[in-house]
Amino acid sequence: MRVVLAEDLFLLRDGLVRMLEAFDFEIAAAVETGPELTKALAELQPDVAVVDVRLPPSHTDEGLQCALAARRARPGLPVLVLSQHVEQLYARELLADGNGGVGYLLKDRVFDAEQFIDAVRRVAAGGTAMDPTVIQQLLSRRSTDQPLGALTPREREVLELMAQGRSNAAIAAQLVVTERAIAKHTSNIFAKLGLPVSDDDNRRVLAVLAYLDQGR
Amino acid sequence: MTRLRNTMIAGARGLYLAIVSLAGSITLFVFSVLSIAFILLGIGVFTTPAVLTAVRKFANLRRVQAGEWSDVHIPAPYRKRPAGPRSGVTGQVERCSLMLKDPATWRDLQWLLVDMTAGFVVVIFAPALVLYPVYGWVLALGVWKPIYNAGGGEWYGFIHVNSQMAANGAAALGTALGVLALFVNPAVVRGHFLLARTLLAPTASMRERELAQRVDRLEETRHDAVDSSAAELRRIERDLHDGAQARLVAMGMDLGTIEALVEKDPAKAKEMIAKARQNSGEALTELRDLVRGIHPPVLAERGLGDAVKALALRLPVATDVDVDLPGRAEEPVEAAAYFAVSETLTNAVKYAEADRIWVDVHHEQGMLRIAVTDNGKGGAAMGAGSGLSGIERRLGTFDGVLAVSSPVGGPTMVTMEIPCELS
Repeated sequence: MRVVLAEDLFLLRDGLVRMLEAFDFEIAAAVETGPELTKALAELQPDVAVVDVRLPPSHTDEGLQCALAARRARPGLPVLVLSQHVEQLYARELLADGNGGVGYLLKDRVFDAEQFIDAVRRVAAGGTAMDPTVIQQLLSRRSTDQPLGALTPREREVLELMAQGRSNAAIAAQLVVTERAIAKHTSNIFAKLGLPVSDDDNRRVLAVLAYLDQGR
Repeated sequence: MTRLRNTMIAGARGLYLAIVSLAGSITLFVFSVLSIAFILLGIGVFTTPAVLTAVRKFANLRRVQAGEWSDVHIPAPYRKRPAGPRSGVTGQVERCSLMLKDPATWRDLQWLLVDMTAGFVVVIFAPALVLYPVYGWVLALGVWKPIYNAGGGEWYGFIHVNSQMAANGAAALGTALGVLALFVNPAVVRGHFLLARTLLAPTASMRERELAQRVDRLEETRHDAVDSSAAELRRIERDLHDGAQARLVAMGMDLGTIEALVEKDPAKAKEMIAKARQNSGEALTELRDLVRGIHPPVLAERGLGDAVKALALRLPVATDVDVDLPGRAEEPVEAAAYFAVSETLTNAVKYAEADRIWVDVHHEQGMLRIAVTDNGKGGAAMGAGSGLSGIERRLGTFDGVLAVSSPVGGPTMVTMEIPCELS
């Protein structure tokens, strides 16, 4: 799987390259600046891009803007955005086109190599990887709303993991229960929230995220 | 054609000014003098502020007209009334004496005298130069005859109109005056305003006093700015010292232990590695919160509008944000505005128990204007120790101002204005 990586800090870039290579990713390019990223995304046609939000030369949200532009040029281009801070504002912009293949994680998440690599693979496959912090912010904001308040604590837990983009199998593994139990929870959640049931994992995640983000 | 139009407009304005400077100035002057004289009887204390306020309004109207009609800029020289006027009789006496002590008041009264005499004489030329030629033509068209026959020895200027010939002369003179009006009319009106400016504009000593006041204010806000930035630095130092720094020390110790344990007791070492990783994660979280408090990342990346939107998304209360900024303000202004909004929103959530908040951010006439409205219980007051006066001090450094309207029962509306240019 070919990756384009954009990160301006040498130590982090180097660490990410080594980690990705250790998990059998091919690094198509590891770049430092926004313009280089735009060029690499256009020319190298990677399977997935891992991008830092803040890049030189402007040191603003250049990485995010490049990633959004590249996705406009090539809809569904898988992009995993990393940042020192997560903002619902940015998450919303990344999810806005409804195409999936989007990840938005705190840089801290690279500490856990396996989970991080899992997130990269998920995004590359057209799935979603939202940082738990984003999901918690969304949930805490609407914790008292009906029908969210009607969920059982276990269902909330499942909803949280589902919104991060995890598959039933991954959620089952994390909560140490069977996949069937998770399937039952998810159908309960969808019924309580009044969302249409879908077999497609990605559609499901996007529906949940859209639900959590609405009405504000 | 424009010239003709301008001449007619100047004539009309001249007529208006002539009437106003006679009727208005005389009335106001008489009232002022009477009212001030009645101070000895006591009643003047109550009437004088009202009369003088009317004089100021009258003078201010003329100042505005000078700017709009003739491009003559006349700044208002009045002293600012001190905040928190007292009510009742003491307040009246105070207000009265303050107004009488203001040199601008006495210059206003002088101006009323000049306006009703010289001001009137100057400006009456504008309508006269338009209307008198018409009269000349009317005479020439035959009206001279009945007047003459009735025994009236009618004079038009220096011409004694006693024949058609003389009446034609009157028409010719009128035409000449009309042509003259084409060239001088706007200048006549302008002259009237220039005359007014000599008394209505602040004098050098008034300007000096204004500057002195400004220096005082700057000194005060500079003190506040230095104080608050020193306090900020102390807070940051403490947070780093007790937070991230302590966690790194703990991590270093854990790593040392791991080094010693890794061969003897790998299971224990693994456990400690997990702990060290947890510590590093927490150190990062603390640093992130600290950074947000120093300068929020979204503000650096996107500017004020999106930073306020991102802030609103973090609030537990539904918040509508409306931003209309065609560019970005300077960084210090952006930061001050951001933290002021942040503090206001925190107040709204914490104390007002609001369940809906509206934020409006826009820029007009060289001012960044922000309004934060909530539907909470109201009753917020500016005063010592309240968060609002802290915000006011923060904005004061940039000559910004804060106004609060918060009747008991709500809604609360906090408005801020900071002079700045966008780039």
